[in-house]
Amino acid sequence: MATAIDELVALPARQVARRERLRLLWRSPTFLVGLVVVAFWVLCALVGRLLVPHDPYLPDLLSRLKPPSAAHWFGTDDIGRDVFSRVIVGARGILTVAPLATLLGTVAGTSIGLVAGYFRGIVDEVLMRVVDAFLAVPVVITGMLGLVALGPSTATLILVIGFVFTPLIARTVRAAVLAEREMEYVQAGRLRKENALYMMFVEILPNVLGPVLVEFTVRLGYAIFATATLSFLGFGIQPPAADWGLNLHDQYIYLTGGLWWPVLFPALAIATLVVGVNLLADGLAQVYER
Amino acid sequence: MMDSSKASNAGIARSVPPASVGEVRDSVLEVDDFRLAFQVRGRDRNAIRGVSFSVGRNDSYGLVGESGCGKSTVALAIVKYLPRNAHIQSGAIRVNGADVFQMGNAELRRLRATTVSMVYQNPGAALNPAIRVGDQVAETFRVSGSHRAEALARARAMLVKVQIADPDGVMRRYPHQLSGGMQQRVVIAMALAHNPALLILDEPTTGLDATVEAEVLDLIVALRKEFGISILLISHNLGLVARMCRRIGVLYAGRLVEEGSSDAVLSDPRHPYTVGLLRAVPRWGTSKSHGLLDTIPGLPPAIGANIPGCVFADRCGLVQDICQQQEPQLFELDGGRTSRCFFHEKAHLLPTVEAGPKIASRAMAVGAPLVRVEHLSKTFRQDGHPVKGVVDVSLSIRPGEALGLVGESGSGKTTLARVLLGLTPPDAGATIDIEGKALRPQISDRPDDQIRALQMVFQNPGGSLNRRHSVRRIIGRALTRLIGLAGRAREQRILELAQSVRLDRALLDLWPVQLSGGLKQRVAIARAFAGEPRLVIADEPTSALDVSVQAAILNLLVKLQADKGVTYLFISHDLGVVRYLSDRIAVLYLGRLMEVGDAETVFQGPHHPYTEALLSAAPILKGEARERIRLHGEIPNASAPPSGCVFHTRCPRFIGDICVKEEPPLAEQEPGHFIRCHHPIEELRRMQRPAPAPATVPGEPSR
Amino acid sequence: MGRFLLRRFGLALVTLWLLSIIVFVAAHVFPGDVGRRILGPFADPAAVASLNHQLGTDQPILSQYWSWLSGAVTGHLGTSLNYRDSVASLLGRAIGNSAKLGVVAFVLVVPLGILGGIVAALNRDRFLDRFITVAGLSAAVIPEFVWAIVVIILFGVVLRVLPVTAQAPEGSGVLTQLEYLILPAIALVLVLFGYIARITRAGMIEALDADYTRTAVLKGLSWATVIRRHVLRNALLPTVAVVASQTGYLIGGLVVIELIFNYPGIGYLLFTAAQKKDFPLLQGGVMFVGLVYLTATLLADIAYSLLNPRIRYGSAE
Repeated sequence: MATAIDELVALPARQVARRERLRLLWRSPTFLVGLVVVAFWVLCALVGRLLVPHDPYLPDLLSRLKPPSAAHWFGTDDIGRDVFSRVIVGARGILTVAPLATLLGTVAGTSIGLVAGYFRGIVDEVLMRVVDAFLAVPVVITGMLGLVALGPSTATLILVIGFVFTPLIARTVRAAVLAEREMEYVQAGRLRKENALYMMFVEILPNVLGPVLVEFTVRLGYAIFATATLSFLGFGIQPPAADWGLNLHDQYIYLTGGLWWPVLFPALAIATLVVGVNLLADGLAQVYER
Repeated sequence: MMDSSKASNAGIARSVPPASVGEVRDSVLEVDDFRLAFQVRGRDRNAIRGVSFSVGRNDSYGLVGESGCGKSTVALAIVKYLPRNAHIQSGAIRVNGADVFQMGNAELRRLRATTVSMVYQNPGAALNPAIRVGDQVAETFRVSGSHRAEALARARAMLVKVQIADPDGVMRRYPHQLSGGMQQRVVIAMALAHNPALLILDEPTTGLDATVEAEVLDLIVALRKEFGISILLISHNLGLVARMCRRIGVLYAGRLVEEGSSDAVLSDPRHPYTVGLLRAVPRWGTSKSHGLLDTIPGLPPAIGANIPGCVFADRCGLVQDICQQQEPQLFELDGGRTSRCFFHEKAHLLPTVEAGPKIASRAMAVGAPLVRVEHLSKTFRQDGHPVKGVVDVSLSIRPGEALGLVGESGSGKTTLARVLLGLTPPDAGATIDIEGKALRPQISDRPDDQIRALQMVFQNPGGSLNRRHSVRRIIGRALTRLIGLAGRAREQRILELAQSVRLDRALLDLWPVQLSGGLKQRVAIARAFAGEPRLVIADEPTSALDVSVQAAILNLLVKLQADKGVTYLFISHDLGVVRYLSDRIAVLYLGRLMEVGDAETVFQGPHHPYTEALLSAAPILKGEARERIRLHGEIPNASAPPSGCVFHTRCPRFIGDICVKEEPPLAEQEPGHFIRCHHPIEELRRMQRPAPAPATVPGEPSR
Repeated sequence: MGRFLLRRFGLALVTLWLLSIIVFVAAHVFPGDVGRRILGPFADPAAVASLNHQLGTDQPILSQYWSWLSGAVTGHLGTSLNYRDSVASLLGRAIGNSAKLGVVAFVLVVPLGILGGIVAALNRDRFLDRFITVAGLSAAVIPEFVWAIVVIILFGVVLRVLPVTAQAPEGSGVLTQLEYLILPAIALVLVLFGYIARITRAGMIEALDADYTRTAVLKGLSWATVIRRHVLRNALLPTVAVVASQTGYLIGGLVVIELIFNYPGIGYLLFTAAQKKDFPLLQGGVMFVGLVYLTATLLADIAYSLLNPRIRYGSAE
């Protein structure tokens, strides 16, 4: 009597697909470029202080606002600090705040999305109204409001940015949960009289992790954007940190006078980091979509 | 060469030099050694491995196969509408002599507009939701140059031709405002607008209710006669193909393995695959007491697999060495038949896979019922209106039996199941008992032993298993939660359960996505049986599976019932499957029970007029000749049911006022046989007596 | 359809009300002692108490909330601490400027974004698609001030073709005002293009893959006709919703752009309010921005329900 082993789909199908995907990943130009850029900045964040030619915090009033030269590759800023060194070291602040804030937002947003999507009814309505209320105001404004209320510091910055991203992620997760909820395995769980926590976190959550991960990588880019913006406005990372946004905050008034270098290079640093993260995320999405 | 006017089409007589023996001259469609591959993740994977067949003028050809055999790909290739990663490797497809693959864009468009039309499943999706129906149908006429007013008039005429009662009303509406059957008629109207030479139908009635399906098929047959169109029907449903097509081709793994007239092929198959397929389908009139269904072991080869010999070799019971080494050529048999098998004469000697004695039913006719339902109703609120899903259903389910629940959409069968399971509460006034003890409406109120006692197997095996849990975990969790087993005892029990559903232990550590549909369903069954249930509700458990796999699952269910004495509530729309599996049958229409009785009695007659129509509508392979009963009109909306007997608007045995004013009770007209009809049973018996050999041509309505 | 819109309107009101609570809590509860916050940690307690009394912040919280809310509903949003002018009239002046900039940016970016999305979808997975998608999204994620700086440097400092502020001198004609608004508008286009293009692309792809598109092609229609008549009207539905959600950003979220270009719009106003801890102005301004956003989404819902027959006509007979 034949057993059902004859019906076996090629056993390593899943492993083969994974290997193929990894191979495609390494071949994808977007992924590789993104990886290089992000790796570079991470390196700067970690050991930048040791590699820079000048002390990024030391003012030198005799060399104020000097254009780029052999001694100062990116020129000097308005109190004579070397722009190049400040750009390199500036990676640290933003790369501390943004990932932590994104993580906070993802965890909070996922939990809210799970609860709202699973219970539906009045719980869902209330949660979604609150989410809508937050989403009705642009991120920058909510950020400013939050930081004015709580007082600016690195900790509150992480808190506020994470908080601001929670509603967006909650909405995406909720949509994914609503779709999963209709699947029969959820009903099968109900037929076993499983409690709500089990259903949400053991049955449903593993199936919505895909979108969550995608959201995380996308939000990371936006978190960098938000951190830089808030710092530029003076509400974010506080002096004397060498943060890029803060640099721009200090130096942009000189732009109209034609002194572009203390402004351009931090701006480009922000741009490249953000684009790098984005390319990374895009490369991953491309491969996992096919 | 290609001309859009019909007259020219008829006048063309292509003289194509015969490429192979047995080719039909003057054919509308010629598929000539067509090979195709799909590029997936950087590699070419063979899908169609050399298919050749032809469809003559005014002929009907059925392409049959299970999922993955490539039949839909062939259909789309005929109109050259293939996905971007499809590569045509060689061969030609000629329509009226012209090779589609060589055509330029303008020619192709003309071909699609006037010569070949397609109708496929899910008509709702085939219509643009943002454009009115009338405009969409008229568009087919505007393509050939009619101006707006003329196109609309012709569209209206077309809608009348497809037997739509209110063409003006329908033309004004949007697709989502029409029922499924109506939508399919509209699609057919568009397809036949230009009197094409060839009509391709790809699973045209999958998803439609049985009675609606019958009407649509009759319509196609009638129109075909009137317009003189050739038909290529693609389906996995052998009964459907038998009814509609003169010739049949069996497709397996992208290769045509047998071809011939459908009568000949289906009664005397000459290829082991066809033999296996036919054995797997529950024949009309057979039930589980006649024996298990036969199955085809193994799985079809994956797309892209490299197969040196016969494509069917690794599943064939007649396989010899030569089959693995060399691909068999197409053998010519008499009567215009072909078979791609070295041993075609011995095909019928294919050894059966399922051996074993006949299974005796353990249904107990007397004694206390297992589940008793009294006055169960369920009302929903939809857009502010109350909708009655289930109306005053009283039923008892006997221990050890298989009760088949039959009904079309809106019948309430799924709602009934959900209420029983506690997933949704019934209206007040219902009593539900299991083993004499009351069953609380909400699952959260039920004690653990009742939770264990009632379990379900779902329709969609993919959705019913958590994609992120391994098989072991899925079964193990059920054991933990329902019985409280842990540790070694649980591991032991997992193995036992796996064995009882014939699931190899090597599969326990895999994820559902790595399993085929049939295997997934076995896991789902193992999970349902984990707590030693008393009643298992199976909601269309085999509808999503291929024919051969379906047979295996049905056999499994039968065996489990014999071994464990479990009771089934079996929901299905497929009457052949219901008849095979069930001891008793309950028929639902618009939430009301129309008939309850022993399976044989209900099927043989006399039976309720609705049951009569359902039976008449089911496409069968062969068996007793039946009078064709046709129901007219659509299934009424549950929010506005007809007065009196809810079936009176479509009843072929309508009496008169009494049916409109008074709802008949569900009366026990014979011992154990309940019918809800104003006709006494003797009257029904007289009216439903099978007619002598029909004088009318089969396929035409008998009234 | 009426039922659908009524429900939406009700929900918008609830959301607005919740927003008012959030804003109030942020402005009054978190900072603790408002008077202390404004005057600083070293101020004289008597002065703090007097300021609190003057502001009304020594009242119980709920009554403060109630008086503010009832005032807000009738258009009285309090007095700005910084400007000593009514919040409403300050907002009124800023709205005009924000509206001008918003409209110019809108008119530029929406058609471009939609076009980009359509082109990307029609060339799916080929170079043009990848380019538009990746470039668009990368541009979108780069902060506006980076773009503003780049654009200023390029056009204002190096090429010197456009003015580097956005506020035209008093009494300028429309064309001159436009000239001043172009640079910030370009920066905004760069930021928003990617997002709109992506949504349009997704909508297009879904429509292109749909069965009804297949039916249309197999009717023998030309590809151009299929796109025009069948695909577009279904594909653009999601875009409507997205474009609406961007209006809130265009009116109230342009803090940075307005700062760099020295443009007295709402964003600039809110920024100074935040800097100076001008709570009444901050509250009123945030509420206003929220109101604009909710109105825009409500209008989008109306448009959506008009365009989508499923909502407009309800379900089967």
